[in-house]
Amino acid sequence: MEKFTTLTGVAAPLEIVNVDTDMIIPKQYLKTIKRTGLGKGLFAEMRYKEDGSENPDFVLNKPAYRKAQILVAGDNFGCGSSREHAPWALLDFGIRCVISTSFADIFYNNCFKNGILPITVSPEDLDKLMDDARRGANATLTIDLEAQEIRGPDGGKVSFEIDAFRKHCLLNGLDDIGLTMEKAPSIEAYEKKTATVHPWL
Amino acid sequence: MTARTLYDKIWDDHVVDTQPDGTCLIYIDRHLVHEVTSPQAFEGLRVAGRKVRAPQKTLAVVDHNVPTTDRSHGIEDPESALQVATLADNARDFGVEYYNELDQRQGIVHVVGPEQGFTLPGTTIVCGDSHTSTHGAFGALAHGIGTSEVEHVLATQTLIQKKAKNMLVQVDGTLPEGVTAKDIILAIIGEIGTAGGTGHVIEYAGEAIRSLSMEGRMTVCNMSIEGGARAGLVAPDEKTYAYLKDRPKAPKGAAWAEAVRFWETLRTDEGAHFDAVIRLDAANLPPIVTWGTSPEDVISINGVVPNPDDIQEETKRQSKWRALEYMGLKPGTKITDIALDRVFIGSCTNGRIEDLREVARIVAGKAVNPNVNAMIVPGSGLVKMQAEAEGLDKIFKAAGFDWREPGCSMCLAMNADKLKPGERCASTSNRNFEGRQGFKGRTHLVSPAMAAAAAIAGHFVDVRSFG
Repeated sequence: MEKFTTLTGVAAPLEIVNVDTDMIIPKQYLKTIKRTGLGKGLFAEMRYKEDGSENPDFVLNKPAYRKAQILVAGDNFGCGSSREHAPWALLDFGIRCVISTSFADIFYNNCFKNGILPITVSPEDLDKLMDDARRGANATLTIDLEAQEIRGPDGGKVSFEIDAFRKHCLLNGLDDIGLTMEKAPSIEAYEKKTATVHPWL
Repeated sequence: MTARTLYDKIWDDHVVDTQPDGTCLIYIDRHLVHEVTSPQAFEGLRVAGRKVRAPQKTLAVVDHNVPTTDRSHGIEDPESALQVATLADNARDFGVEYYNELDQRQGIVHVVGPEQGFTLPGTTIVCGDSHTSTHGAFGALAHGIGTSEVEHVLATQTLIQKKAKNMLVQVDGTLPEGVTAKDIILAIIGEIGTAGGTGHVIEYAGEAIRSLSMEGRMTVCNMSIEGGARAGLVAPDEKTYAYLKDRPKAPKGAAWAEAVRFWETLRTDEGAHFDAVIRLDAANLPPIVTWGTSPEDVISINGVVPNPDDIQEETKRQSKWRALEYMGLKPGTKITDIALDRVFIGSCTNGRIEDLREVARIVAGKAVNPNVNAMIVPGSGLVKMQAEAEGLDKIFKAAGFDWREPGCSMCLAMNADKLKPGERCASTSNRNFEGRQGFKGRTHLVSPAMAAAAAIAGHFVDVRSFG
């Protein structure tokens, strides 16, 4: 997994609440057996018209946001299905950070497994960041994970909370499975105990 | 000892390791695997040279991507066929038990788990599918995970987790005739909103929940995720044991007796702390229909489409206007005036035998409205077999329903079963998101009884006075 330390980039405003994972990546893109190449399907039903051409009104099709690396979105981002294709599609498009007032649990977890940083901020801070994002390429945001800080174009700062363990893994690009494998003796001990206490399992 | 909730007890029972910041390693007793969210996980194992740690605790089945027409001659769509073949290969290579598309035991993973007795009280169950919450009906801590976590569980039989908060949803009173488990859960989501349960595990309790069958409890727990909660729980009782006894993978003989003795302890202690409590009176519930593109957009069958201008907060107001535009509806329209093109009965929410019996009771001797295309997709091969043994298929076909092979079908429309742009559907599934059942398709979530009555009438109708 790629490390996440600091990121400076254009933030795209997605002013919709309850952006669900069907919206982020529609089902026709879930037939793949690969993790890569899903960027073309990101927000497909909003991004493309019925004939397959681009919808010029959709934010990521506007010239200022075509290279956005940050998404600023309404409440409850990523609700719905557990499909990890949603963060895979964001990543493949080039988005490494999503900012909202709240995230659905499974999507939130999935982001960390892919080097994407989901940031939860207060509604007031979201309004501020949304204003910044509306100013397009003239207003880049800087995300500093170590300092847990978002720095705006006018010198404004928003700090955010994040679990210590998740932060550590993201800063160092650590592989969860490798870390857990180191705890194999504890897992074995647990299995032995359970085999005695709950033999029917 | 401190009083603990049912969730606290199952959690405590599965902690393998705790880090200083509270992050835990949790043991996973049961892992269900399907074709859509697993190929990249198995590929990850191969690349790293890892094995499946506990193949006997893992069960694989195809459901999302299979056609619901005759599949004895293979699957036509090359991408679907490849994904299905990939699961078969992975199951064989890693020694995992697998039900293919021709196996009678095949079906939607959340129908199959309970049916086989793979789902047991007090266990932890995961699957790369958000509706894994269904299994909570048995008093199992069950939730959806992403593909990286699927790989983590395959490799280590554990999951890295932080403990969630406890939420109690207490549903007292007796459900009126014609009002069902589906209406209970839609009402709860309407009450708490789609993010209301975020960060919580919900325990459903109260007289109305106790009175539900296991199928009804599964319907309620299934949609916990639509309220934002990763997991829902119902404490096990005599109904749970009766459902599980003699299932192929349930404990037998002395082990059964021992298991039941343990399951009896899976109750929330008197005085245990809940971080949030919601109360509902089942006696006041009407049949419910969703009008928008979020499961929280609920209204009584006797109601009208609401006016988004009544919402104070701007982004939310705009989102609800967007939903109405997408749905092709105007504020003030009576729900019973909404005409339908399609009816879908099935899914892990409502594709079990009890749901089909309810539909048969309503449509027996009647005919599907000529303007409506109505399909019934059983949740599993065993549900289909049971329905046919009871003659339900004859009732459905005589009424003009399309009777299909088991799978997820038009709940998420990954296979050929989908809405055309602009088509309006009464669906017993769980999500009414934009495009969920097909590009520009319009979904209204309802109970099986309401979907059945709507199929006959051609528009929504109050099933309580439908005859």
